[in-house]
Amino acid sequence: MAHFEKANSINEWMDQRLAVNTLKKVMQTEYWIPKNINFLWAMGMVLAATFGLLLVSGIFLLMYYKPDVNLAFDSVNYTIMSEVGYGWLWRHIHGVAASVVFLVIYIHMFTGIYYGSYKKGRELIWLSGMGLFVAFSAEAFSGYMLPWGQMSYWAGMVITNLFSGGSLEAYGLVEWIRGDYVPGDAFLTRFFMLHVLLIPLAIIGLIVLHFGTLRIPHVNNQDGEEIDFEEAAELYKAGNVKESKVIPFSPVFLSKDVFVMGVYFIIFFYLVFYKFEFAMDPVNFDPANGLKTPAHIYPEWYFLWSYEILRPFSKDLGLIAFAIAQVIFFALPFLDKSPNVAPASRRGKFHIWFWLMLVDMIVLTFMGKLPPTDALFANIGLVAALLFFALWIALPIITKSEKKL
Amino acid sequence: MKELKIFGVVAFFTLLLYWGVEPFAHSQMHKHVESHGFAYDGTADIEEAEAKAIAAKETKLPKEKIEKAEATVAAKKKFWADVAKISKLKGNVVAGEAGFAMCAGCHMEGAVNMGGVIPPSLEHAGAIYDKNYLIALIKNPAMASNVDHKYADTMTHPMGSISTMITEDQQIADVVAFLKAKKAGEIEPKEAFKDACGRCHAMRYAKSTQLGDTPKFKYKKDELKHQVKVLEEQDLVKAYMGKLPPDLSMIIRARSEHFLETFVENPQSQLPGTSMPRVGLSPEGYEKVEEYLTQIGDPSKPKRESVGPWVILFFIVFTALAFLWKKEKWHGHH
Repeated sequence: MAHFEKANSINEWMDQRLAVNTLKKVMQTEYWIPKNINFLWAMGMVLAATFGLLLVSGIFLLMYYKPDVNLAFDSVNYTIMSEVGYGWLWRHIHGVAASVVFLVIYIHMFTGIYYGSYKKGRELIWLSGMGLFVAFSAEAFSGYMLPWGQMSYWAGMVITNLFSGGSLEAYGLVEWIRGDYVPGDAFLTRFFMLHVLLIPLAIIGLIVLHFGTLRIPHVNNQDGEEIDFEEAAELYKAGNVKESKVIPFSPVFLSKDVFVMGVYFIIFFYLVFYKFEFAMDPVNFDPANGLKTPAHIYPEWYFLWSYEILRPFSKDLGLIAFAIAQVIFFALPFLDKSPNVAPASRRGKFHIWFWLMLVDMIVLTFMGKLPPTDALFANIGLVAALLFFALWIALPIITKSEKKL
Repeated sequence: MKELKIFGVVAFFTLLLYWGVEPFAHSQMHKHVESHGFAYDGTADIEEAEAKAIAAKETKLPKEKIEKAEATVAAKKKFWADVAKISKLKGNVVAGEAGFAMCAGCHMEGAVNMGGVIPPSLEHAGAIYDKNYLIALIKNPAMASNVDHKYADTMTHPMGSISTMITEDQQIADVVAFLKAKKAGEIEPKEAFKDACGRCHAMRYAKSTQLGDTPKFKYKKDELKHQVKVLEEQDLVKAYMGKLPPDLSMIIRARSEHFLETFVENPQSQLPGTSMPRVGLSPEGYEKVEEYLTQIGDPSKPKRESVGPWVILFFIVFTALAFLWKKEKWHGHH
C-alpha cells in the first residue's frame, strides 16, 4: 500500500491518485506548439470536433435505426425524419458531417504534404493519419449501406464485387463477404455492426495514436524550421513570450483553434440547414431494388478520384491500379528522398509536383462522376490516372536531386 | 494578409470541387428537358412523334413502320389543331351540366376499378386540370395523355367509350365550361394528390393506398380483409400499367424539382415509352400536388427554415467571442 497524505482540496486529492497536474502540463499547458503557424494547423481540432458531431448524432440515430432490409429504409426516412423530434436535424448533421469530414481530411493531408510534415521523425504521424483515412473510408462506406436506398444497395454490390479479384473470379470470397449471393439482410447487419462498433473503436484508437505520435516530434511549422523546444519553452516560461518561438497548447493555441472551429461551424450549419443535397444523394431516397439498376452508379465525391483510377483500365489492370492508389499515400515519407523539411514553395521541382498532384486528383474526381460512355471524359480520365502514377514514380527521383536548403 | 490568402486558395479549390461533382456532373448526366409551364398544346407530343419518324427513317426500319410513324405525326397535328379549335368555342355551362351526367356515371363517389384504374373524382377537376387538357381528354383520352402508343384503338382505353357519348365539339366545350365554372372550388393539397395521382400511386408515409386513406380497424381480421382488397386493387393497376407504379412517399427528395415538374407535365419527356399517362395538371394544380409531396416526403422543411437562422446566429456569436478570447491570449506574443 502506497503512502497517501490527507488531501486539502479536490485537485490535490485527484493529483495524488491520478497525477492530474502532471497530465495537464504534459498535454496542455506545457505541450509546446510552434508560434509560426496558420489556420491550417487548426484542421486537426476541426476534424476532432467533426468526429464528435458524427459520434453524437450517430448515437441519436442509432436509437431509432433498424438494421433489417424490410425496415431500414422506413426507419430512416419515416421514423427518424418525421416522427422523432429533431430526428431530421441529427440525420442532416450526420450526413453533412460524413461528407465534410473528408473535405477537411483532404485539406489536412495536403497541408502536411505542402509543409513536409511527414519527414524526419514525423513519419508515424503521417502513417497513423493515413490509417485514420482508411478507417474513415471504411466507416463512410459501411454507413452508406444503412439507409438501404438504391445507391446503398448498388454501391454495396459494386464494391463487394471488386473482391472477386477480376480474372481470379473469386466469387466465393464475394459471397463470404456478403453472406449471401447478393446484398441482403446478412450484408446489412454486418455492415451495421462494422459501422456502429468495430470501425468507430478502431477510429478512436487511431485518433489516440495519432495524437500520441505528435507529442515527441512536435508539430511542424510554416517554415519547417527545427526548433529547440526545451530552450524555447524555458524562454516562454521566463515570461519572454514575444521572443519565444513556442506557445502552450492550452490556452494560447487552443484559443485560435476554437476561433477557427467557430468559423467552420458557421459554414457547417449553413450546409446542414440550406445546402445538404450534395451530401444526401437523391438516388438514395428510392428504396433498394435489386431488379432495377440506377442509370448512373457513382460513389460519394470523396471516393471519386480512386474510382476513376479503377475505371479507365482493363479489368485486372484497373483493379491493380486501384489497389495501389489506395495505399500509395502511406509510402509518401519514404518516397520523398529530400533532406529538406520546408514548404513546397521553396522546394523547386517538388513545388510543381505538389500542385500537379492536387490538380490531377481534382480532375480524377470530376471524371469519376461523369458517365464513362463519353469518349472525351474517358480519355481525360485515362490521362489523369496515368499522370497520377507517373507522379509517384517521379517523386523519389526529383526529391533525390533536391539541394539541401 | 497571409492567412486570408491561404484561406482564399482553400476556398477556391473547395468551390471548384463542388462545382465539378455537383452542378457540372449533373448537367452531364441528365438529359435536358424543356418545361412548357403546364400548358398543353401538343408541341412536345408532335416533336416526339417527329423525332421518332426521323429515327425510323435513319435506322432504315421496314417501310410500313416508317409510314406508321409518319401517320402518327399527322394524327397528332390534326388532333391538337382540333383541340385548339374547340378551345375557342364558347361553352354553355347549363348544357355542360347535362353532358356531365354522362361522366358522373363512372366518375362517382365509391367508384370501383374499371379497366385498370378507379375513375378519379371530378369534384375539383376545374381547379386542378388545364382547360385544353380536359378538352383533349374528352376528345381522345389516349392522345391527350400521350400514351397512344399503348392503344391500337382508342376504344380499348378505359375511358375510350367517351367518344360514343360525347360526340360533338360543342358538347365538349360545354362540359369543360361546366367543370371550369362549377367544379373549381378551393382544394386541399391532399385532395389534389388523391385526385390526380392517388389512383395508381400509394403514399405509405401518409397511410394511403390506391383505395384511399387506410381506416383504423378494431379487429385484425377486418384489417386483413382491407389489405386483401388493396392487394387486389394493386393487381388490377399492375395488370393495366405493366408494373405497380411506385409509392410516392419520398419522391420529393428522390427527384429534382425540375425532373418532377417536367415528368408530371409530360411523362414521355423524361421516361420515353412509360405507361404513365399525362394527367394534365394546371400550374395551380401541380403546386398543390407538390405541396402535398413536400408535406409527406420532406416534413422538416418548415422547421429547417425556422431553426436554421438561430443555430447560425449562435455560432456567429460563438465565433465573435472566440475571436476576443484569442486576441486576449495572443496579446504580446508577436
